[in-house]
Amino acid sequence: MNLIKQMLPALAVAATLLTGAVQAADMRIAVVVKALGIGFFEAAAKGAEEAASELGDVEIIYTGPTDTTAEGQIEVINALIAQRVDAIAISANDTDALVPALKKAMARGITVISWDSGVAAEGRQMHLNPSSNPLIGNMIVKLAADHLPEGGDVAVLSASSTATNQNIWIDEMNKVVGNYQGINVVATVYGDDLADKSYREANGLMQTYPNLKAIIAPTTVGIVAAAQAVADAGKIGQINVTGLALPSEMAGHIASGASKSFAIWNPIDLGYSATMLAYNLAKGNAVAAPGAKISMGRMGSLTLDEKTEGAMADPFVYDASNIDAFKTIF
Amino acid sequence: MIKRFLIARETLLLGVILLLIALVASRFPGFVSAGNLVNVFNDTAPLIILALGQMVVIVTRCIDLSVAGNLALTGMAVAMLNSVAPGLPIPIILTISILLGAGMGLMNGLLVWKLEIPPIVVTLGTMTIFRGIIFLISDGKWVNAHEMSASFTGFPRAETMGLPVMSWIAIGVSLMFLLLITRTSLGRAFFAVGGNPHAAVYTGINVGKTQCAAFVISGALAGLVGYLWVARYAVAYVDIAGGFELEVVAACVIGGISIAGGLGSVGGAVLGALFLGVVKNALPVVHISPFWQLAISGAAIVIAVTFNARSNRSSGRVILKPARSNS
Repeated sequence: MNLIKQMLPALAVAATLLTGAVQAADMRIAVVVKALGIGFFEAAAKGAEEAASELGDVEIIYTGPTDTTAEGQIEVINALIAQRVDAIAISANDTDALVPALKKAMARGITVISWDSGVAAEGRQMHLNPSSNPLIGNMIVKLAADHLPEGGDVAVLSASSTATNQNIWIDEMNKVVGNYQGINVVATVYGDDLADKSYREANGLMQTYPNLKAIIAPTTVGIVAAAQAVADAGKIGQINVTGLALPSEMAGHIASGASKSFAIWNPIDLGYSATMLAYNLAKGNAVAAPGAKISMGRMGSLTLDEKTEGAMADPFVYDASNIDAFKTIF
Repeated sequence: MIKRFLIARETLLLGVILLLIALVASRFPGFVSAGNLVNVFNDTAPLIILALGQMVVIVTRCIDLSVAGNLALTGMAVAMLNSVAPGLPIPIILTISILLGAGMGLMNGLLVWKLEIPPIVVTLGTMTIFRGIIFLISDGKWVNAHEMSASFTGFPRAETMGLPVMSWIAIGVSLMFLLLITRTSLGRAFFAVGGNPHAAVYTGINVGKTQCAAFVISGALAGLVGYLWVARYAVAYVDIAGGFELEVVAACVIGGISIAGGLGSVGGAVLGALFLGVVKNALPVVHISPFWQLAISGAAIVIAVTFNARSNRSSGRVILKPARSNS
C-alpha cells in the first residue's frame, strides 16, 4: 500500500517525461480558424499541412469552433493551452475578446500569431495580412494592363462611394497607374454592391466610353454584375472584366470569357505562410519585433512593420488555367 | 369625370418622362437609340411588375414592404433548386417561383386578414423573416453563374420579336392587370375596399379577404420577379434587391396611386416605374457625381408626391363661414 503510494508520483513523472519526449520530437502547431467547415479555411489547412511535410518535424492541429464566435474560439484556445501545444496560429472572430486567453497562452510559453483576421497587438506576437493596400492597388491595374499590351481606356466599378477599403485600393491604384504604359483610367463609378445598380453602371460605362477595354471591379458583387453586363452586351473579347473576387463566384464568367483573370488571396499560401512563421518563431529562429525579417519558406520572407504586422504577397491571380481547382474551395 | 382626370394625370407623367429622355439625349445622344431604349425598358421590367402588384395592395389601403425579401427568397430557392436539378424545365421553375411567392403573400394576407395586424407591421416583420430564411437555407453562400444551367439564365434574356422575354412578361402582366382592374369584380372590390371599407362591407365585400387577395397577387409577382432577377444577374445571394421595396413603393407613389387607398391605375403604376427606370439608367451616362445621384432620385419622388397631393386635394365644403367682423 505504502509502496504504491510512493510510486504513484514517480509514475506520473515518468509519464510526463515520456510525453515530453514525444513533444520534443514533433513541434505541435495549432491552426485555429474562425469556424470549421468553411472552404477557405479548409484550403488554408491544406497549406499548413504542406508546410508541415516540408518542415518534417511538425504536427498540425487544425481546429476551430463550429460557428464563428469568439466564445467558441476561447474554449478552443483553453483546450490547446491544456494540451501544451508549441504554437497557435489563429484567424480571429473578434479583435479584442480573444486577447486574455491568448495572453495566458503566451505566458505559458506558447508562440501566438494571428493571420487573415487579426488580434489586437497585445494578444499576439505578430500578425500576417494576406496582402497590403499598395499591393492590391497595384495588382488590380496590373490585371487589366497584362491583357492590354498596347494600353487603352479602363474604368473602375467600385462598391459604395464611402467604402473605406475600396477607396484606399483605388487611391493606391491611381498612384501606380503611371507605371503601366498607355493605361488610361477614364472613370470611377459606384455600384453600391447591388447587382442591379452595378449592372446599370457597367452598361453606362460601355455606352459612355465606346473604346473601353477593361472594367476593374475590386468588389465581388460589382465584378460579377459587370461580367454579366459585358456578356449581355455581346462585348466579350472586347472588354475584359477584372478585379477582386472569389473563384467560385467568377468561375462561370471565366468560362464565358467575359473575365480573363482576377485576383484574391490564395488560402493555401496563407495557411502555408502562417505555419512557417509560427514554426520559425517557436523554434527561436527569429524574434517577432518591428523590422524583423522572418522566413516563410517558398513564399519568401516577411518584414514586420512597427505594429508587428506584415503582408504576405501580391494577391494570387486566378484564370482559366487554375479556376477549376479553386472554384470548389472558396 | 374621375376617369378623365386620371387619364390627364397619366398623360402629364408620360410628358415628363419624354421630357426627361429628351434632356438626357441632349447631353448623351446615344441614350435615345432604339437599342438603348429597349435596354432601359427591359431593365425596368422587374420594377413595372412589382409596382403593379404593389398597386393593388396600396389601393386596398395596405402596403407590402416584403416584396424585395420575397423576391430574394424565391430567387435563392429556385437558384438552389436549379443547381441541384439543372434539368428542370423553365415552365416548372416559373410555376414554382410564382407559387412560392404567392405562398409568402398569403402569409402576409392572412396575418392582415385574420389577426388584423396593421399591414406595415406585418410586412416589416416578414421582410426580415424572408431575408433571414435565405440565410438559413443558403448558409450565407452564393449561388454562382457556373452553378446555374444555361437555359435557367438564358430564359429572361432570350430575344423574341425584338424584345427580351423579360420585357414581354412585363407587358403581359400589365395587360392582365388592365383586365383584372377594369373587367373583374375582384378588381372593383380592390377599389371599393380602399375607397370606403365601411361602404364596401354593406355591399357584401369581405374587406379582409380582398386585402388578402391583393397580398397574394403581390407575392406571386414578387416570386416571378425573383426568378427573373436571379437569372438576369446570374447570381443569388442574401442581399439581392436590398432596399428594392422602397423603390417599388416610390414607383407607385409617382404613378399617382394614393397611399390613402382607393385611387390608382395600371397606367400610373407602369409610368411611375418607367420614370424611375429612366432616371436610374440616365444617371450613369450623364456624369453626375454619385453623391448627387441619391439626392436627385429622392427629389424626383418628393416633387411627384407633392404634385399628386396637390391635385388630389378636394376643395371640401365650407360648413362654418368665417365670422365677419360687423361693427
